Amino acid sequence: MTTMAEFLALEEAVRRHVKDGMSLAFEGFTHLIPHAAAHEVMRQGMKDLTLIRMTPDIVYDQFVGLGRVKKMVFSYAGNPGVGLLRRFRDAVENGWPQVLEIEEHSHAAMANAYEAGAAGLPCSIFRGYLGAGLKDVSPNIKSVTCPFTGEKLAAVPALQPNVAFIHAQKADKKGNVLIEGIVGIQKEAVLSAKAAIVTVEEVVDNLDSHPNATVLPHWTVSAICVVRGGAHPSYAHGHYDRDNAAYLEWDKIAADRDVFAVWMEKNVLTASPDDFAKRIEGLEK
Amino acid sequence: MSNAFTPDEMMTIAASRALTNEDICFVGIGAPSAACNIARLTHAPDITLIYESGTIGTEPGVLPLSIGDGELCETALTTVSVPEMFRYWLQGGRVTIGFLGAAQMDMFGNINTTVIGDYAAPKTRLPGGGGAPEIASSSAQVYMTMKQSLRGMVDQIDFFTSFGHGEGGDHRQRLGIKTKGPTLLITDLAIWTPDSKTKEFVVRSLHPGVTCKEVQETCGWSVRYDSELEETPPPTDLELKTLRDLKTRTRAATRS
Repeated sequence: MTTMAEFLALEEAVRRHVKDGMSLAFEGFTHLIPHAAAHEVMRQGMKDLTLIRMTPDIVYDQFVGLGRVKKMVFSYAGNPGVGLLRRFRDAVENGWPQVLEIEEHSHAAMANAYEAGAAGLPCSIFRGYLGAGLKDVSPNIKSVTCPFTGEKLAAVPALQPNVAFIHAQKADKKGNVLIEGIVGIQKEAVLSAKAAIVTVEEVVDNLDSHPNATVLPHWTVSAICVVRGGAHPSYAHGHYDRDNAAYLEWDKIAADRDVFAVWMEKNVLTASPDDFAKRIEGLEK
Repeated sequence: MSNAFTPDEMMTIAASRALTNEDICFVGIGAPSAACNIARLTHAPDITLIYESGTIGTEPGVLPLSIGDGELCETALTTVSVPEMFRYWLQGGRVTIGFLGAAQMDMFGNINTTVIGDYAAPKTRLPGGGGAPEIASSSAQVYMTMKQSLRGMVDQIDFFTSFGHGEGGDHRQRLGIKTKGPTLLITDLAIWTPDSKTKEFVVRSLHPGVTCKEVQETCGWSVRYDSELEETPPPTDLELKTLRDLKTRTRAATRS
């Protein structure tokens, strides 16, 4: 199946592609986290979501705290460099604002599962979870025996989200996307998903990349949305730095249900994608 | 001032001394990251540091706040994707040392960073394992570093996030794990290595000024000591200066 990337406003892209009850993956490994796209989904109110992400940091803490998430699939739920995720903890420990189902993996398992999704395989096989406790609490961690050597290997089902969201530095006018720096799991997330929405810092005439760069051809992407600063408070290699202060501040905001609600109302629910450009002022390269 | 140092500084410096120029080290964030970079900036300039975000041969000028900071990529020899990192480089057996921190560990080097209490209804939900379960089983050996406390060093961990020596003895081999597992533990008070048979961590060296009583008071299991207990050499002026300069640079960069 091929699609053509459409250049859309983020609001329109989310409206067209996201529905209640879908499985969504917002990927970016510390770098290029698609915050603006996530905030747009929060604003439009989609609920009963299954959210997939290796490192569900503050952006999934926000979704969970708003009560939009039925199930979270993840491998490390922390605030990077700061500590724990307090809204996620409140949901798991106290069922607030609603009970959260979790499917937990290791990074190796999630990375393999996305790769299997991108490769069109039903599951992924790897050497993992040896002696580890997760395989005893997760029905989606099983084992298979290598038919050639007899080695017992771990198996997890492929990840195939309904929609993958990533943020990238640039797209050209056809909608081909270039990702530079720590490329994480974004290419696999896009290729494993049924639809992909990519926010970019800018659209250029020519990607000006080298032959081995991480490029997603336009026919692998459903929609391109220009949102300058759209990864804030994470960073965009070559464009702006990580807003470390925002990660520290989040620890205080998320510690209190009421403070969280007020902050979300002001900074997410009544904000717009255009606000992100202001948030990277002073962090730009 | 040159003779005064904190237990934290001693821990980082003692941990850095265990690393060599030949090591390919998969670096955990926090205390391991500081130790690995002190090694690189002092006696092991050719060590290869790998972070799970995909950066290989990275030489950060400041300590990263997260495993995916831009500094790690900008100073790396090359940056690969996350699946490639876990499949080719870690699972492929190319890592000589996996260097891990822990929220909670037991005497056999089993680590818990998942939950305090029951998994289904936890008292405290911790972040989870991230890369650690496979770092612990695929690295040729595992070094660990953490501050001692009764909450951290416990008789029984609540969840096996990553497997050390399990119940001890040959438990790793019985599960078909071919790597050595935890071979070194550096705390703020002492240097520990496993007993060759039981695999229980044994104190081999006390840091300067530390007593056996202090080690026991901050450890939840009954501590064994080597019959020829040594004293860890104190930090050299170069080691201390390198560590303090790195921390100063890091603070300045984080504040900006």
